[in-house]
Amino acid sequence: MSKGAYRATAIAAEVAVPVAILLAWQAWTAQANDPKFPRLSTILVEFRELWLFSQFELHVVPSLTRIALGFGIAVIVGVAIGIPLGLSRRGRILAMPHIEWWRAMPPPALLPISIVLLHSIGDRQKVSFIAFFCLFPILLNTIDGVRGIDPALMETARSYGVGRFERIGRIVFPAALPQIFAGMRTSLSLAVIMMVLTEYFSSTSGVGYVLLISKNTFQLAPMWAAIVLIGLLGYLLNLLLVLIERRVLAWHRGWRAAAAQ
Amino acid sequence: MSASGVAPVRDAASGEARTRLADVGARLAPLLAGALSIAAFLALWQVVSKTGMISEQDLPAMTTTFQELWTMMHTRDFWAAFGQTVRGWALGLSIATVLAVPIGIFLGSSQFAGRAFRVPIEFLRPIPSAALIPLLFLTLGTTLQSEVFLAAFGAFWPLLVQTIYGVRDVDPVALDTARSFGIGRFERLYRITLPSAIPYIATGLRISSAVALILAFTAELFMGIPGLGQIMNVAESFGLTTQVYALAVATGFLGLAIYMVFSALERRALRWHPSQRVGAT
Repeated sequence: MSKGAYRATAIAAEVAVPVAILLAWQAWTAQANDPKFPRLSTILVEFRELWLFSQFELHVVPSLTRIALGFGIAVIVGVAIGIPLGLSRRGRILAMPHIEWWRAMPPPALLPISIVLLHSIGDRQKVSFIAFFCLFPILLNTIDGVRGIDPALMETARSYGVGRFERIGRIVFPAALPQIFAGMRTSLSLAVIMMVLTEYFSSTSGVGYVLLISKNTFQLAPMWAAIVLIGLLGYLLNLLLVLIERRVLAWHRGWRAAAAQ
Repeated sequence: MSASGVAPVRDAASGEARTRLADVGARLAPLLAGALSIAAFLALWQVVSKTGMISEQDLPAMTTTFQELWTMMHTRDFWAAFGQTVRGWALGLSIATVLAVPIGIFLGSSQFAGRAFRVPIEFLRPIPSAALIPLLFLTLGTTLQSEVFLAAFGAFWPLLVQTIYGVRDVDPVALDTARSFGIGRFERLYRITLPSAIPYIATGLRISSAVALILAFTAELFMGIPGLGQIMNVAESFGLTTQVYALAVATGFLGLAIYMVFSALERRALRWHPSQRVGAT
């Protein structure tokens, strides 16, 4: 097979396989006629009715707000603590036992405690919960990123009399940025999971709440529509972050491409 | 290390002894500081609760919590639940491994298959497995199968992606060399592809082992499948806050143990890898 033909088949497969999976889903659900597995077409109709856009403001907006706030707080706090910890060996010695403990703690084990401690099942509890568990991947990656900086770079800056804060702003932060983004990607997918868990556990609004209510009332098409929506949210948020990363790190990629030549 | 190697040249007896003492001190000091830091946190917990900064109803004192944990650890119910959680975790992780590694090797070694399944994987991977809980409720019910399915589903994706990356990262020169020496497809897979993908797979296992525990616990907490999560749910609905805290601490220790075992495995798997050799010098 020539190279061009090979590439064409590969692209065709890239399109054909997902389409085939969707068709198989539709065919199987149509044939099974099981109320627990409504037809894909029924789910999509339900999806349009629910989420485009009659219930969007009522349930999707609160969920997205919680993710945005929790994730945003985690990014700011993670980087703000991670940079000094990356620079200070003493700080790391004191902080690492705590970080290792909390990053190994399975988040749902703290769900009941978060409600008791914060006296809330509202946004306060949800945002704090999301922020707390999104913090650790970002924090650990920031520390790693800062530790990986070429010491010669720092020494050079110091010997040229570049001040401490300018060194952090001009060298440390940009150099750690690729790894900070790696941590952010892990955290963002965590944030979506935490959003679903906290809303499913106890809440009065949000996509996780719709999931719970439609399950409890055996409304299976809306339940499936909520599952599809959560999948889409996870996918789109990840895509958005990758696009931002590509833009922000354009200098980094460019530099690497130039160095490789 | 280098310090103690230099010392004997300068001064025979006393210098070496002193350096060795300093060596031990330098190694012990961080451990001690870490232990002190943990002690300070526990003391802070005790003070915050006992002085009523956060009422003892909401935050039981550290000593009360550990006492409760100690009492629980003398009951058979606790260990039964502990064993059930570990079982759900182990089964989920095993099934995920058995599926993800071969599929990952296949998708990683065939460029065509890799492209064909790129979109479905990219789409399925970020789906939060928590969204499947209501569906499992209605299909498999509150059974061990539900817990294992959820844990396996969550653990599958990180391991799959790591395996694919690992197989793609194999040195093509080594593969071509083996091919030109007439080494067969399966032997190439076994002798070259797998060993060089092992560090990636080990990293994937570390991530997946944590994910599987999270989901096993989630299934128990949300669906009432027997295990630590279920007894936490019961304790919460009866307002037994101290028990909820003690169970959270126990789950934390389980998570920590799993993390330590699998990161030790990861380090072992990485030992021979070039990245470690470069890092060591």
